[in-house]
Amino acid sequence: MHEMPYTQSIFEIVIDYAKQHNSSKVKKVYLKIGDMTGVIEDSVRFYWESLTVGSVAEGAELIVEHVPIRVRCYNCGTEYVAPDQFSLFCPECNFFGGEMLSGKEMLVESIELE
Amino acid sequence: MKVNVVRDVLQRNTQIAEENQKIFRDYNIFVFNVMSSPGAGKTTFLVQTIERIKERFRVGVIEGDVASQIDAERIKATGVPVIQVNTGGACHLDASMVRKALSHLPLSELEVVIIENVGNLVCPAEWKLGEDLKVSLLSVPEGDDKPMKYPLMFTESDVLIINKIDLLPHFNFNMDQVEKVVKGFNPVIDIFKLSCTTLEGFDAWLKFLIPKIEEVRK
Repeated sequence: MHEMPYTQSIFEIVIDYAKQHNSSKVKKVYLKIGDMTGVIEDSVRFYWESLTVGSVAEGAELIVEHVPIRVRCYNCGTEYVAPDQFSLFCPECNFFGGEMLSGKEMLVESIELE
Repeated sequence: MKVNVVRDVLQRNTQIAEENQKIFRDYNIFVFNVMSSPGAGKTTFLVQTIERIKERFRVGVIEGDVASQIDAERIKATGVPVIQVNTGGACHLDASMVRKALSHLPLSELEVVIIENVGNLVCPAEWKLGEDLKVSLLSVPEGDDKPMKYPLMFTESDVLIINKIDLLPHFNFNMDQVEKVVKGFNPVIDIFKLSCTTLEGFDAWLKFLIPKIEEVRK
């Protein structure tokens, strides 16, 4: 749902770095997307293709690493990975609640320039 | 050549939000951002809140909507200044939209700014605006499963208003379950149960809100 403004942001960051390094071609963009964000990778790719047309990032490959939702249970202290944002129960004690250690990230990690 | 970037995609928005926060602090204005799905009662909640604090504080409103002036007209009827921001289809307000709106509000004359976000339980949660308080609304007819289905909204909020409690007798709404789920990943959230029609429970919200405004005024 919110992939368009996200992708726009990614695009601006990438263009900014390409300019800083006087690059005329971006080859790869490495992203980290937390599973808690609900960001749909396919939509990001779709918008990326249209946004980058005619820019130095046209044709750049997006490489997405998903960051799992890691939780420390408030009840039993177990650290676990929740399969998705709708299944957050502790697998040990079935408690619903904990500290979220990762999964909300949305980062441009690095880029590969020609 | 590989270049390390490690930048938060929302960093630009966060920066503008921090600048907004600084502007609000310069004017000693307390700001809260109200988020919910369409129809949960945001505008009525705003109107009722404004009616009860406007004698004491000078209030301004930033009214976010995909299109139309309908909500802004309802706020205008309370007599407080309101600026409508039409996002033109975007599903949330971002910090730069709020920044633009600020130039149309008489900031030096205000003590409270209320931002009504676009009706949506997904996107607004992640976009900081520079507010002091994120308030989400959940209404009884929407169903008690919403915090489970839209967890991010409820983990990112400072306050949850459970609205339309006058309708509880007509709906199978498990209040304990909602509180348990919301507090599970957000144990510090403040929850208020109220009705904007009968005003049951409304005083508790005002008792919470007014000292927060006064704190910023000091």
